[in-house]
Amino acid sequence: MQIVREQDVVLFRNRVREYSTKIGMSLVNQTKLITAASELVRNMLKYANGGQVVIEIISKSAQNGVRLTFTDQGPGIADIQQAMQDGFSTGKSLGLGLPGAKRLVNEFDIQSKPGEGTRVTVIHWKHGR
Amino acid sequence: MDRIPILKLGPFLLVTIQVDLYDRLALNLENDLITMVSKTGARGVLIDISAVSIVDSFMGRILGNIASMSGIMDAQTVVVGMQPAVAITLVELGLTLQGVHTALDVEKGMELLQDKIGPDYLQEQDEEEELDDRTE
Ligand SMILES: Nc1ncnc2c1ncn2[C@@H]1O[C@H](COP(=O)(O)OP(=O)(O)O)[C@@H](O)[C@H]1O
Ligand SMILES: [Mg+2]
Repeated sequence: MQIVREQDVVLFRNRVREYSTKIGMSLVNQTKLITAASELVRNMLKYANGGQVVIEIISKSAQNGVRLTFTDQGPGIADIQQAMQDGFSTGKSLGLGLPGAKRLVNEFDIQSKPGEGTRVTVIHWKHGR
Repeated sequence: MDRIPILKLGPFLLVTIQVDLYDRLALNLENDLITMVSKTGARGVLIDISAVSIVDSFMGRILGNIASMSGIMDAQTVVVGMQPAVAITLVELGLTLQGVHTALDVEKGMELLQDKIGPDYLQEQDEEEELDDRTE
């Protein structure tokens, strides 16, 4: 799914809701995943002028999960460790998006190269663990 | 629809958010509420978010801004009806809604506001206590 404008945030969240409902994820786990997804998609819009997200259902030892891959061709992040700190923001906002998203999902991976872009991958399992 | 209606109930303002908000709508609400508080001299703002399924840091910041701006104009802000899943998620996200009171439903929220402004009416010049309240 392409993310290019502000309205895509709510549309995308609804898509994530559909996928997590399909695998029978509980409401609390859905809410955690969608909130994390909302943070990451906002970052993509705000700092990289948009990008792409892939939503997939995956499985591991008989448990299903939802994997989201956010890819953008924006400016990238020079110091990932710093960006992952609570309260760090270059956008005059709360600086909770990346560290908060990491806390909310089961698996979190971020790759970024200045000048090339950023890729964040998150996985949340049906039972939230 | 690009505006959320704001209802005036005596000294309070009530807003019921019925859908997950687009950013523009949320920003309009922030502006409209702050304008209304200053125009009407309202003493409290009730925001019913029982139909809201996702509160991320953007939405959280808007609620916080409404509370702090209203606070400057001597109005308390109460968020009512937050879904349990949303409350749990906010804790993990790390978001504390600074200056925002919470209540189970609109009725409880009204009671809370009445309690808050009640003493003010009696001892109007108790400014020190009010300052403490706002910086909490
Ligand atoms: N996709 C991205 N591309 C470039 N920079 C990013 C991206 N996502 C996050 N960042 C950087 O990481 C910082 C922290 O992000 P986040 O934790 O979401 O907080 P906030 O969005 O409030 O600044 C941002 O201020 C920004 O500098
Ligand atoms: Mg962010």
